[in-house]
Amino acid sequence: MKELSLHILDIAKNSTAAGASLVEITVEASHPDNCLTITIRDDGKGMSSEFLARVKDPFTTSRTTRKVGMGIPLFELSAMSSGGGLDITSASGEGTTVTAYFALDHIDRQPLGDVASTLTVLIQGSPAVDFLYRHTVDNAAFELDTRQVRQILQGVAIDGPDVIKWLYDYITEGINNLGGNLI
Amino acid sequence: MKSLAELEAIRNKTLGSINLRNDREEGTRIVVGMATCGIAAGARPVLSALVDEVAKRDLKDIIVSQTGCIGMCRLEPIIEVYVPGKEKVTYVRMSPEKAVRVISEHIVNNRPVKEFTVSEADK
Repeated sequence: MKELSLHILDIAKNSTAAGASLVEITVEASHPDNCLTITIRDDGKGMSSEFLARVKDPFTTSRTTRKVGMGIPLFELSAMSSGGGLDITSASGEGTTVTAYFALDHIDRQPLGDVASTLTVLIQGSPAVDFLYRHTVDNAAFELDTRQVRQILQGVAIDGPDVIKWLYDYITEGINNLGGNLI
Repeated sequence: MKSLAELEAIRNKTLGSINLRNDREEGTRIVVGMATCGIAAGARPVLSALVDEVAKRDLKDIIVSQTGCIGMCRLEPIIEVYVPGKEKVTYVRMSPEKAVRVISEHIVNNRPVKEFTVSEADK
């Protein structure tokens, strides 16, 4: 993975595959704490404690085409390369939260990259799922809630090409206004 | 500045044209593999290029969708094209530029791009 937004896409895809109806994605950058925190929280089917205990092992996966699952191990490796780490909490029937921490100024921390593209690909791929995206850089914040978008659309499909393009531009502009594109 | 008012304008425009696109079940499907292997190999910009090109050409009965691991991780990014009544065509090692060619040659002009297909991959 070349950028953190690709990890976000990959991990959030696990959430939609787990039957989530709401996926909350949070990116928090704090210069005073020199910390970048990325959280992906869902209300999907969750994991048993037995599966959770071995979920960071690349030889654990729920996919059926191969016996390896690299998404979580790659995200953890990326976090650890910057002196950070990755936590997962989950309970069967209650959803899953994946949190990754990075040292903001570490030379090996990957750039955040194109989050707007990640979010529009997620919305396009799972138009029935709601996404809440929160991005903070120190005291500035941007938020996108697809439930609000749906209210405005009043039944018009959220994954139509015009809406997806508008979402991409809206998110890009919102993140750029925070300086979030420089993270 | 992007505003929510623009989104309302898109809604009103779409509501005006919504009855033009009903027979979606009958249309062509383009499926992009978006598991860890696909994403790491560059499937996200491929998907975006496909969606943009379909929108730019205003192709009405084309559905671009996503799936998990197609099972040939070393050949990712992979896309599959399902044209009703025809055999599935699998394209491998895609890039945004190649994806745009698949739209113009295969989807629009009905000539699959043989050089990008899985059967040509290891020749």
